[in-house]
Amino acid sequence: MLNLIVITPFISALILTIIYLLNTKKENTFIYTLIGIASPVFITLLSLFTLFELINGVPTIHSTLFEWLHIGELNISIAFMADRLSVIMISFITFIGTLIHIYAAGYMRGDEGYGKFFAYFNLFMGSMLLLVLADNPIMMFIGWELVGLSSYLLIGFYHQESSNVTAANKAFILNRVGDFGFIIGISLLFISLEGSGFTFDTIKANIQLIDNERLSLIGFLLFVGAMGKSAQIPLYVWLPDAMAGPTPVSALIHAATMVTAGVYMVSRYSFIYSEIPDIGLFIAYIGAFSALFAAILASYQSDIKKILAYSTMSQLGYMFIAVGLGAYSSGIFHVFTHAFFKALLFMGAGAVIIALHHEQNIFKMGGLKKDLRVIYITMFIATLAISGIPPFAGFFSKDAILVMAFASENYLLWVMGSLTAALTAFYMFRLLFSVFHAKSEHKHELQNVSSSMTLPLVVLAFGSTTVGFLGLNEAYGGSSLFNNFLVLPDIELHITHEVEYMLGALNVLLAFCGMLLAYKMFATNAKETLPDNRVRKLIINKFYIDEIYTFIFVRPLLLLSSFIAQTLDPKIFDGAINLSVSGYHKAAYLFEQLQNGKVRYYALYVLVGISAMSLYMIYKLGVKL
Amino acid sequence: MTPNMFFLLVSILFSIGLVGIISRRNLFVIYMSIELMLSSVNLLLATLSKLLGDANGSVMALLLIAVIAAEAALFLAMITHLYRQSRTLDSDHYKKLSKVK
Repeated sequence: MLNLIVITPFISALILTIIYLLNTKKENTFIYTLIGIASPVFITLLSLFTLFELINGVPTIHSTLFEWLHIGELNISIAFMADRLSVIMISFITFIGTLIHIYAAGYMRGDEGYGKFFAYFNLFMGSMLLLVLADNPIMMFIGWELVGLSSYLLIGFYHQESSNVTAANKAFILNRVGDFGFIIGISLLFISLEGSGFTFDTIKANIQLIDNERLSLIGFLLFVGAMGKSAQIPLYVWLPDAMAGPTPVSALIHAATMVTAGVYMVSRYSFIYSEIPDIGLFIAYIGAFSALFAAILASYQSDIKKILAYSTMSQLGYMFIAVGLGAYSSGIFHVFTHAFFKALLFMGAGAVIIALHHEQNIFKMGGLKKDLRVIYITMFIATLAISGIPPFAGFFSKDAILVMAFASENYLLWVMGSLTAALTAFYMFRLLFSVFHAKSEHKHELQNVSSSMTLPLVVLAFGSTTVGFLGLNEAYGGSSLFNNFLVLPDIELHITHEVEYMLGALNVLLAFCGMLLAYKMFATNAKETLPDNRVRKLIINKFYIDEIYTFIFVRPLLLLSSFIAQTLDPKIFDGAINLSVSGYHKAAYLFEQLQNGKVRYYALYVLVGISAMSLYMIYKLGVKL
Repeated sequence: MTPNMFFLLVSILFSIGLVGIISRRNLFVIYMSIELMLSSVNLLLATLSKLLGDANGSVMALLLIAVIAAEAALFLAMITHLYRQSRTLDSDHYKKLSKVK
């Protein structure tokens, strides 16, 4: 069954590709929609079935497809494993992925590359499922790379415009930087285990073979991979540019696939990270800085999708705080709840963009409350969820992380997290008020938004409201159902309920402050923030990080390349080759002179030869002249 | 006069002939150089015949003289003919058999 879950999207992607390539007139929208949506629906059912199996007490499901490599100690099978962690992941990946597929059928209607889009989309889901269900690190790496490939294809989907292709390249290349660390980490892990098996189970069993320093290095290198995929400082700059792709792609990347892969990977290797708390703390700080940094950037953006992109980066920061501190379940729980409201936000944004004929600047929208009622209500719910207002899902997962940061006595992390929470409420409500409440300067002629786009919004809004209760902890009268089900090696910290209530209340208070500020500034009359002083200028230009990267990495590389192309290659390398060529020319000329076809010369050679031989013999025989 | 003096003379004559062939391009000079080398061989044969008291060498020398006479007639005729054809005696000029133009 696991085999089927992974293979189905790949097969449907293949079929879609074949149909798309054969069908030169690019018609047959119905067939594309049918195949493109049937396969995620099918695997969603299978995933939910697997989930129920695990809930009913089956510990883990293994399934081997075939043996792929067997060279010496390297023994890699194409095998899948569903434990409690991966089964949770696949459940929401397939479920939310399906909703996004349905939404995409409406969003992409009439697009020239409709069939191609669904082929890529199915490929993306298949890659993510491969990553999650992998039984060994090699398989996981294959999925990891395929996710990168699919995102590249989808971000550059509108490839007629060169800026989109640049954005796709940027995402791909920055991910390669991370993957470089990731693959070195895996290799080091393999070498360190000295051939005692290379599946997650055997690695877990033999982890004590590796000394602590080596393990720290491995943990760090693996996290470098996660930095790239999950857009953390310093490898985050691709994320806002990735908004070049169609909106359903953004929703899929940000909610169910790709960016969550980093968090999942750290949780998957939790048995390593729980041995090396120093690296964990480093991860947590990277997460906290990313969260705060992205939240500050998001507060000054005016492109609706870029605000959401930065907010994803910020939320991912929270997840890394959690997994870094050793609260893997809380991290995964936030991944889970975040998937619902982030998918909803992106899809809502996409619907608004479609309705306004591809307008993305929030300050040119305004006053859409009445006309787009369903979208407004669902997006309002998602905004409440991401801002951490109870009882919406985001509150419980975010609160668990902040309580964790407080309880582990990393107060700096906690302060940064809380600040981020306030900022999150501010910039999310800034978006909401500007788009739906503020007075509009010009009248909009709205395009009709199809029901296949609004229906998933409603489902997700329901999810955003309710899924938080799955992870309700003791303090709020639950039994941490979600965390207990996951059985990850979480660290145990005890904190009194009073402190927990206080922290929760503080977060809600901070969120309300942010919300009120946003209401005051943007609810009636939204004006674009201008770069009118030095600090604002710095933030609106995203701290010039892109420019700094260009200066540090891109410019020197370009200079080096042009030096090689213009000086080193023609003068030095070609020069050396030309030198030897002219040597051959000269040698050939010499022999040509000798071999001239004149008998006299040949007689001379004979004479010289005989003379030399005679002299030699005279010398050898010791004749004294 | 020791036999060694004759051997030395033979060597000198032969060498002069050889160097003549190599260094000169005039067909007549080449011809004369060949004659010189043949003469040196004749002289060697005669010397050895005398030295060993054997008539074979002298007989062979005599035969050689006859051959040289015949050859001289043939060679001179050929040179005259070649000169008539191309108005030159330069040996480098005669390369009709060569591939190199």
